[in-house]
Amino acid sequence: MLYFSRWKIYMIVATCVAGFIVMLPNFLGRETLASLPGWYANSRVALGLDLRGGSHLLLEVDMATVIRDRVEGLVDGARQQLRTANVGYTAITAGDRGLTVQLRDTAQTDDAVKALRGLANPVGGVAMGGGQSDITVSANGNTLTVTLSEVALRDRATQAIEQSIEIVRRRIDETGVNEPTIARQGADRILVQLPGVEDPDRVKRLLGTTAKMTFRLVDTNADPSTGRAPPGSEILPSTEGGRGQTAYVIRKKVEVDGATLKNATASTNSQSGEWVVNFEFNSAGANRFAEITKVNVGRPFAIVLDNKVISAPVIREPITGGRGQISGNFSAATANDLAVLLRAGALPAPLKVIEERTVGPDLGADSIRAGLTAVAVGFALVCVYMIASYGLFGAFACFALLINIVLTLATLSMLQATLTLPGIAGVLLTLGLAVDANILINERIREETKKGRGVYASMEAGFSRAYSTIVDSNLTTAIKMALLFIFGTGTIKGFAVTITLGILISMFTATVLVRLMMVTWLRQTRPAALPV
Amino acid sequence: MFRLRLVPDNTKIPFMNGRFAGLIMSAFLSIASIILFFHPGLNYGIDFRGGIVIEARTPQATDFASLRHTLTGLGMGQVALQEFGSNQDVLIRLERQPGDDAAQQAAADKVRATLAAAIPGTQVRRVEAVGASVSGELFTNGMLALGLAMVAMLFYIWFRFEWQFGLGAVVTLLLDITKIVGFYAITGLQFNLVAVAAILTIMGYSINDKVVVYDRMRENLRVYKKMPLRDLIDLSINETLNRTVGTSMCTFLSVIPLALFGGEALQDFGIVLLLGVFIATTSSIFIAAPILLFLGENRLRRGAPDTAATPAATP
Repeated sequence: MLYFSRWKIYMIVATCVAGFIVMLPNFLGRETLASLPGWYANSRVALGLDLRGGSHLLLEVDMATVIRDRVEGLVDGARQQLRTANVGYTAITAGDRGLTVQLRDTAQTDDAVKALRGLANPVGGVAMGGGQSDITVSANGNTLTVTLSEVALRDRATQAIEQSIEIVRRRIDETGVNEPTIARQGADRILVQLPGVEDPDRVKRLLGTTAKMTFRLVDTNADPSTGRAPPGSEILPSTEGGRGQTAYVIRKKVEVDGATLKNATASTNSQSGEWVVNFEFNSAGANRFAEITKVNVGRPFAIVLDNKVISAPVIREPITGGRGQISGNFSAATANDLAVLLRAGALPAPLKVIEERTVGPDLGADSIRAGLTAVAVGFALVCVYMIASYGLFGAFACFALLINIVLTLATLSMLQATLTLPGIAGVLLTLGLAVDANILINERIREETKKGRGVYASMEAGFSRAYSTIVDSNLTTAIKMALLFIFGTGTIKGFAVTITLGILISMFTATVLVRLMMVTWLRQTRPAALPV
Repeated sequence: MFRLRLVPDNTKIPFMNGRFAGLIMSAFLSIASIILFFHPGLNYGIDFRGGIVIEARTPQATDFASLRHTLTGLGMGQVALQEFGSNQDVLIRLERQPGDDAAQQAAADKVRATLAAAIPGTQVRRVEAVGASVSGELFTNGMLALGLAMVAMLFYIWFRFEWQFGLGAVVTLLLDITKIVGFYAITGLQFNLVAVAAILTIMGYSINDKVVVYDRMRENLRVYKKMPLRDLIDLSINETLNRTVGTSMCTFLSVIPLALFGGEALQDFGIVLLLGVFIATTSSIFIAAPILLFLGENRLRRGAPDTAATPAATP
């Protein structure tokens, strides 16, 4: 344990120097940074919303669409119910908040009312005696009216906004922006604050896309250029650019829904070299996809995203593996964005950005300064204690602690991690663990010395014994953090990253670096006793 | 040469005499904490419970420090201020006030009146309710992650030590956390994301401390083949006492400045951390060790008790 080969010493010193260089831009002024190359100047720790502020977006959920979708669902349901009940009707018209049915025969009114009542869903929670019905059905001669209740509309809106918030959160997480604030504001708005994003255009574009993807058959009997689609089909524009048609006639029936996608990734096609998006269905989606492609070999199959046809390839053979590829005039950025959107899922309704501002930090400059001063004072106190307790070896430990902070800042800069106040707390814990390692080592060396061992033997035994303790305690914490990282979200994830890095770094500084310092000192002074 | 020693060397404190006192006390505190958690419950912050946002425009550039001071003085919990677009616009966030919607309205009116009095000419441009930023899904995921982390630690310690150690460490950790949660409930300190970070920090510290103390017991189990478990545990705690006190001292020293003058956000964090370090350190000795004693008697030490423990040759 006491021998260091020459190259090992160089490596240790080089690591420390490199760490110092990497973290340096965090402390340089604006002018100095401007004169440095961009890749180096950008190697800085991003500060979170609480410490630096960022951009603020207020999004509005398009409730009209939510209600229109619900009404459309109701119309479909009514058609089906009346057909099952054998009630003849001349027309079903969708209204703002419900629908009207014109019956063929007034004698069937009672049957029709009963059938339409079957559409009702309970709302308002089960706790209130099964809840009330979400629709009211009234008859006037041969005209029947179905109206969605106020409670039903409100429920629907709440559901839509909660779903939207989850999707927004997932999309932002996917872009790698850390520690956003996402919350419902008022009745139909979502507040999004992103730390330090100076140009929120990409986020805005991602959030502004509904990303409703469907797989539908192309109606090959109709010609899109006539501008008229047969019933059950619609004309949709294409995004293929110059390579394909500008519009397609697409069947309205959704064969496979994008909600059944399990994963999506962007990559380049090995043959053509163009950007594609690979996707994978869950088992239900894969079965459905296999069925459809089996019976439709030779026909074009359209991939429709938000009512635009991305591509409409001809099915060459049944696709049974549940995997597929979308190619369609993508650049690296658009392919990546589409993959992000497909992974995060579709929004229940379009979102509109209604306000965009830059915001200052959550915490006042005074409290940030107070916090940093407190951390610095704490650090100084620890150093005083360590030197008072262990003399020179305590001083070594303090120096190692300083290098620990440098290396932590350096790695966080390289990872472009976002440091929030809870993150600083994480750093504090790792400093605590690093000090603990040094105390363990020093106490162990002391114990060995008291047993009457010589200088070298005490050092050797002290280190190797303390080392196994340090490894076990640090590994336990690291395992915990790994799980928090894999399964946790948001703040918890950031915290886990900081701690895990801190543990790795403190293993290096508190054991390797301190050992090197002690050994060097031992060689040069050849002391008769150890200063512990 | 002067050396600071907080604990004399070669202490022989019979810690295990206090095993019942420790366990009973801990069980009592943890049960009380769980009751407090349900009633009156935690004072959830804006992160968890939502609140009110107020957008205001001051006639000149906003003086954040004095405005923060004025609004915090209203006794409505923590008030977050953010510069909003320009230096005259400010976004004020209040936590949800106890009571119904009328209470929220009253709180907003109070802020409006206070703003008008403190900075004449201030316009309130918008008052709106804001929901929790920690959604149910986020919270469930976090809890799941924590549960799995506990199980993983149990298995790691089992694998490296014995199952008695793993169980002892994880049970003690659970007892520690419940007490911290109880502290939040009884003091009414705001429970927000910083509080979550504090609890995770304490958990990290606590498990580290338990592993270190257990590690010495594991080592001594190999060295002293005949010593009764109870004496062995006492010996191990005494041997590591200097380290235990030293480490908690260092952590205390680094956290005390936060608790004293860390500013509004870090102050609560510092206080909770101080308590956490105390709980984590004492629980290693008075909870984790007795649990090991009860679980391990006759198991870790077959054929004991034996008289006159003689140290085997140190390897």
